Amino acid sequence: MLKLRRFLSPYKKQLIIGPLCKLFEAVLELFAPLVMAEIINNGILKQNTDYVLKMGAVLVLLGVVGLSSALVCQYMASYTSQGAGTKIRSALFKHIGTLSHRELDELGAPALITRMTSDINAVQANIAMTMRLLLRAPFLIIGALVMACFIDLKISLIFFAAAVIIGVILYLVMTKSLPFYKKIQAALDRISLLSRENLSGNRVIRAFSKQKQQENNFEKQTEQLAKTSVRVGRLSALLNPATYVVAYSAVVLILYFGGKQVNSGVLLSGDIVALTSYMTQILLAMIVLADLVVLLSRGSASASRINDVFETEPSVKELNHTEVTSAENAPKVEFKNVSFSYGEGDRELENISFKIEKNTVVGIIGTTGSGKSTLLSLINRYYDTRSGEVLVDGVNVREYPFAQLRSNIGEVPQKSVLFSGTIRSNMLWQNPDATDDEIWRALEKAHAAEFVKSPDREVSQGGLNFSGGQRQRLCIARALVGAPKLIMLDDSFSALDFATEKAVRKNILDAEDCTVIIVTQRCSTIMNADKILVLEDGRLEGEGTHKELLENCPAYREICLSQLSSEEAGI
Amino acid sequence: MRTVKNLLRYTRRYRLILILSLLCAAVSVGFSLYIPVLVGEAIDYMVGKGAVDFGEIGRVAVIILALIALIAVFQWLMNYCVNVVCARTVRDLRDDVFKKLNTLSLKDIDSNAHGDIISRITNDVEAIGDGLSQVITKLFSGMITIVGTLLFMLAINAYIALIVVVLTPMSVLVAAIIGKMCARSFRGQQQLQGEISSYVEEIVGNQKVVKAFAYEERSAKEFEVYNKKLFKVGLKAQFAGALANPSTRFVNNMVYAVTGIIGALSVLTAFMGQLTIGGLACFLTYANQYTKPFNEVTGVLTQIQTALAAGDRVFDTLHAESEPDESGKRRYDKAEGGLEFRDVCFSYTPDKELIKNFSLKVKSGEQVAIVGPTGCGKTTLINLIMRFYEVDSGEILLDGIPAKDINRDVLRQNFGMVLQDSWLFSGTIMDNLRYGNPAASDEEIIAAAKMSYAHSFIRKMPDGYNTKLSENADNLSAGQKQLLCIARAMVLDPPVLILDEATSSIDTLTEIRVQKAFKKLMKGRTSFIVAHRLSTIKESDIILVMNDGNIVEQGTHKELLSRKGYYYNLYNSQFADS
Repeated sequence: MLKLRRFLSPYKKQLIIGPLCKLFEAVLELFAPLVMAEIINNGILKQNTDYVLKMGAVLVLLGVVGLSSALVCQYMASYTSQGAGTKIRSALFKHIGTLSHRELDELGAPALITRMTSDINAVQANIAMTMRLLLRAPFLIIGALVMACFIDLKISLIFFAAAVIIGVILYLVMTKSLPFYKKIQAALDRISLLSRENLSGNRVIRAFSKQKQQENNFEKQTEQLAKTSVRVGRLSALLNPATYVVAYSAVVLILYFGGKQVNSGVLLSGDIVALTSYMTQILLAMIVLADLVVLLSRGSASASRINDVFETEPSVKELNHTEVTSAENAPKVEFKNVSFSYGEGDRELENISFKIEKNTVVGIIGTTGSGKSTLLSLINRYYDTRSGEVLVDGVNVREYPFAQLRSNIGEVPQKSVLFSGTIRSNMLWQNPDATDDEIWRALEKAHAAEFVKSPDREVSQGGLNFSGGQRQRLCIARALVGAPKLIMLDDSFSALDFATEKAVRKNILDAEDCTVIIVTQRCSTIMNADKILVLEDGRLEGEGTHKELLENCPAYREICLSQLSSEEAGI
Repeated sequence: MRTVKNLLRYTRRYRLILILSLLCAAVSVGFSLYIPVLVGEAIDYMVGKGAVDFGEIGRVAVIILALIALIAVFQWLMNYCVNVVCARTVRDLRDDVFKKLNTLSLKDIDSNAHGDIISRITNDVEAIGDGLSQVITKLFSGMITIVGTLLFMLAINAYIALIVVVLTPMSVLVAAIIGKMCARSFRGQQQLQGEISSYVEEIVGNQKVVKAFAYEERSAKEFEVYNKKLFKVGLKAQFAGALANPSTRFVNNMVYAVTGIIGALSVLTAFMGQLTIGGLACFLTYANQYTKPFNEVTGVLTQIQTALAAGDRVFDTLHAESEPDESGKRRYDKAEGGLEFRDVCFSYTPDKELIKNFSLKVKSGEQVAIVGPTGCGKTTLINLIMRFYEVDSGEILLDGIPAKDINRDVLRQNFGMVLQDSWLFSGTIMDNLRYGNPAASDEEIIAAAKMSYAHSFIRKMPDGYNTKLSENADNLSAGQKQLLCIARAMVLDPPVLILDEATSSIDTLTEIRVQKAFKKLMKGRTSFIVAHRLSTIKESDIILVMNDGNIVEQGTHKELLSRKGYYYNLYNSQFADS
């Protein structure tokens, strides 16, 4: 929680005024029993009706002033918590934007989404709660102690003892139960994981008739959760009775020692009334405090989760923020002795070198896990190489600002993702200044215009109102808007039938002044490319045209012959 | 109300514990209400200097101490019982919803957002548990407190008691008015929260695409718009919500003041009945305690409402229509594998006809390939064979027996299936492979993995076959996941195979190996292959060409080519000059 305090700094004024008002209200509330004692001591015992009425009016006044200062505090609390929540939300959203693929993989999208939503909401609620309620309780306790001191110093010792004992009990129960709450959270996570699995895999589960096994697994988890809840319940059930015993034992002591003081004429019976009511006030405040501490400990777990994200540094950093000028006659893309691995383990790419000249079409083909997509992600600098250099237009990708590098590459990712909005809003992702004409031309090239009909057509979340093949064509169109100089297609025709694929591919290749890289598993897709790179197990097995490779690259030959007949392959 | 009734049915199993906890609550609340009387009595024995009756005070103190002990014990017992009831009810509800999911038709599962159903199992059930414990502890002990304090106050001074009774509900009224006032801003906040959540889900969930288009700054700007709106609405809602507590407290303070003044006057002037000072002291304590439950009830009312709303959602799921029970239907061990479609008609929605009068006879051991562009209805056919969806008319027969007469589970066990989106569960690779056949030995599983060319990459994983897969098996590539699914199907050793785009994300080289393995596996088995690549299906016994949900052509590769129809065009388009 403390680590997020920087987001509270703009609200210093509110953070001071709010609790001060709360303090004021608590003080006023403490005055009420005192006034009541005065009514008894001076009014009733001295038979003074006027005094009773006058003090009665003071009681009402205390209430009104208390209400208004409470309202001020509530407003300050709402303003501060909502404001800080808003600031955290913005900052976290921006921070997530700076993370590179490695961190995104590690943290995982579902976790990040939870941080952005429910965790921030919990922290926000915590701030409000702290300002509104948490401070009130200690104020009341301290105030009641001070008041007790004023009435009788000796008897106030009972108060101190009771307050300390109750505090210790609270602390013990809290610390003992905290590990249980962590366990409960873990069990809940597991339950939601199992539910999700059961839904996403329901076809497989039914196909294997495994419902019973899934249910048994699930029941094990819920049983464990129930057991843990009951165990922690046994502990937290102690809280109320224990504090109650302490508080009322203190009341008995007050009666005994108070009686002595009354007997010796130091105190009046009205004072004893006030003292006992202060004791009940302490009891109530302590109970509120206990409830709140449970809530706050949940919130502080959220805060530390949020903080973890803030402390995650992007592994790929923008080293240069000013645009760079490219070398004139350099190849479009060049790999110089590039090696790469995701973790510490096996090399994903091993010492790869090649050049892709401007305005050429290059195909990349290879087995699963051979590193085709990885290779593309190095061009966009989603990851940094372990060794070697990747150059685009003759400049090392590390020297580019991210925006300059990436917005000049039209990428069609493997997974066809669209965003809710309209066709137009999606098409503007590559180039925010594109005109409707440009958009329409791109849609036509990708054979998407025929089903889109209008750029105002709505797109639902994930683009689910379009079929898989349509989504893929829209993703292709999105990359074409703004006529990028480099287009990278990562298995981007997989959901298209051959006829459509051929037509779309032709349109892309026809573009002027454009380099195209196609990652594919279909030989026929890249047969006519200017150059084909064959990857196997992270190594470059072959480089050349279809004809050359058929002659001198056995791996390529095997792939081709598995898909095409000899005459189709041109042998 | 229906939800309350349903919930009561769940708590009924624990009614003994529940009754015990209510008894404990009654005892502890009753006793704790009596304590102020005793305290007041003790104070009354302190008349003034030299006039304190310590004997009597001591006697009262002993009674108080004894009561405290009793109260503490009963309070603990009550809390514990409530906890047990809630924890068990929550567990039962979760188990039942989960079980229910497995009996719902695929149609219902496909048409609901999974996130929504999961949130029912987790958040909604949690809210019910919280609400339940609030109702039992706060609401019930609150009611006892109200009745108890009222009786005590009436016993001390009926007139002043009546004043308290009349004044206190004012706080409830104030709370209700404030509640109505903030309902609208709460709704507004809820809606914006929803909008912001789905925006975050989209952008953060697809952060990699965002990076590809250097969209980070633009999305931050868009997010800022939502965030600013949420600040405004949220501030309003929060403040409105925060009004209730001080306002009701204010009303209570007023009640305290009025009671104090009238009480003092009645001590003085016997106005509205005579009171002692000690009597006044405990009367004031009661007045305070009497108002507290009203406060607490207004405080937990929102929680109870949330719980009821959650209950509605949970019971909607629990009461949704299940697939009919088929435990009495025919079961037999292993089918031969002959399949027949007889005049099958099917559509997902009544207004859009999909499959119409489809008939086909597949002999045991034959290979059927289904081809056509995406969305042409290939998966639909699989849905019908597996009885994930039921046919509208006509019938499908397995070995001459109508599929609908065979127990659903038995039927499905005869099909080995590798689906378009390969599904693996979190657990070790070994567990996943053994999924369909728990009796399989490690050796059999490794043999199957070798056959499907999964062995080599599994061996390279950090813990080999014992490597744990994360949720969604993110630590594997799409191709590797599919290889595992193929191996899993091999372990199952079924008479009929269904391969739905099974090899689409495996590169051709691996695929050749898989094809070889499949050929071995397919011997003697009927197989259905939904495929994109025509190369994989040239040797099929029957090719079904689908378009727009209809079977446009059927025959062997050669027959279809010589017919020069749809298939001919489809096939040739891949080789024309690119």
